[in-house]
Amino acid sequence: MSSNESVGRILRVAVLVSLACAVVVSSAVVLLRDAQQANKALDMKRNILAAAGMLEPGRSVEEQFARIEVRAVDLDEGRFTDAVDPATYDQRAAARDPALSRPLSEEEDLAKIKRRERYGLVYLVRGEGGELEKVILPIRGYGLWSTLHGFLALEGDLETVAGLGFYEHGETPGLGGEVDNPLWKAKWPGKKVYDERGELCLGVVKGEVPAGDPRADCLVDGLSGATLTTRGVDHLIKFWLGENGYGRFLANLKRGEA
Amino acid sequence: MKTKELLLKPIFDNNPIALQILGICSALAVTSSLKVSLVMCIALTLVTAFSNLSVSLIRNYIPGSIRIIVQMTIIASLVIVVDQVIKAFAYNISKQLSVFVGLIITNCIVMGRAEAFAMKNPPLPSFLDGIGHGLGYSFVLIALATVRELFGSGKLFGVEILPLASTGGWYVPNGLLLLPPSAFFLIGLLIWAIRSWKREQVEKPEFVIAPNSPVREAV
Repeated sequence: MSSNESVGRILRVAVLVSLACAVVVSSAVVLLRDAQQANKALDMKRNILAAAGMLEPGRSVEEQFARIEVRAVDLDEGRFTDAVDPATYDQRAAARDPALSRPLSEEEDLAKIKRRERYGLVYLVRGEGGELEKVILPIRGYGLWSTLHGFLALEGDLETVAGLGFYEHGETPGLGGEVDNPLWKAKWPGKKVYDERGELCLGVVKGEVPAGDPRADCLVDGLSGATLTTRGVDHLIKFWLGENGYGRFLANLKRGEA
Repeated sequence: MKTKELLLKPIFDNNPIALQILGICSALAVTSSLKVSLVMCIALTLVTAFSNLSVSLIRNYIPGSIRIIVQMTIIASLVIVVDQVIKAFAYNISKQLSVFVGLIITNCIVMGRAEAFAMKNPPLPSFLDGIGHGLGYSFVLIALATVRELFGSGKLFGVEILPLASTGGWYVPNGLLLLPPSAFFLIGLLIWAIRSWKREQVEKPEFVIAPNSPVREAV
């Protein structure tokens, strides 16, 4: 054993073990990358369907997703664009890319996301006759600990919520983490986006919506014990439906000018 | 040692969780559902078996001064491979297991067996020892997960067994069982049960409290 302890031997064993392990790890990563990316893409589609309340457990996700048309939107102009290919465009990566995004000023940055990408994706669900049934928008914003990533689905009239769901967040389990609670998410469908004057009104309040509140049909009860997460959700909804988010696009789409 | 002994001893006689009290962290974290626990058990058994095998194969070449780091490198590589495989073939489960597959690296069972057994024994017994300890860990995890999932959410493998009151049945689930502390209580009860059955596992007290000395007058 004493020959095992020489410096040369130690270095040789260390290098050989590291090399062998490096080869094993990197080949596993390279060989499995395709399957993992396919899984990720499939999972994203499932999240989109689930947010819109369209996910049927028995059927394949691909088949259900085939009904959905993915388009890119220029958020500043509020119109459809062909500047990026929706099939390969990565909106979250674009938000970090200085060429594809711009910093938000303090007043604009309700959702605390710092930068907003120029192009956003929208997922359109059309009925048999081509009429718009649902529009699904990717949304994100800062809660208490983490950025919440999710989807907001609107009905074809663009004034009623069809569903909401977050697929990634790091909020406190049991408190802010209750944004995933099906009972809470069930409060969203049917809520109005705008009040009678046409102003953006959809949001979350702290505690319960007071009985008899004139805006009761556009407000959702907050999560108890999760004031900051609730406020974050409220802000990110207002941001993405507002002027700096998808607001212009939705207005154009309603007028048929998108 | 015989094959049978290597494989079966760690289940009751030398259970890594119940006797050696190792690997408790993941046993608390992942046992709220049977399916996730099962994947975790398979992952840990594979990692322990193959890390034992690889460490044992090169045990005569490993210099004593860097043996721990060599074991860690091998274990870490295996864990990354297992993690990648789960991500590729069971994406949903990988999301639920989140960091716990990665944390197999620090699971004392794996490291403990590499250092205590594989460094001194030939490859085949080491491999079997790894499988045996994986089975011992799995036995506890599956037992915990069965109780927790059945009484915590009325299901087994996600299939409803006890009809829930919220959907018109009669069973009101015990929410405490879905929280990590319940696993702690259950492991305690399990250790109690095993040690009542196999008395030789009861540890001798490390010290005996001396009887109170009688009170005496100062002078």
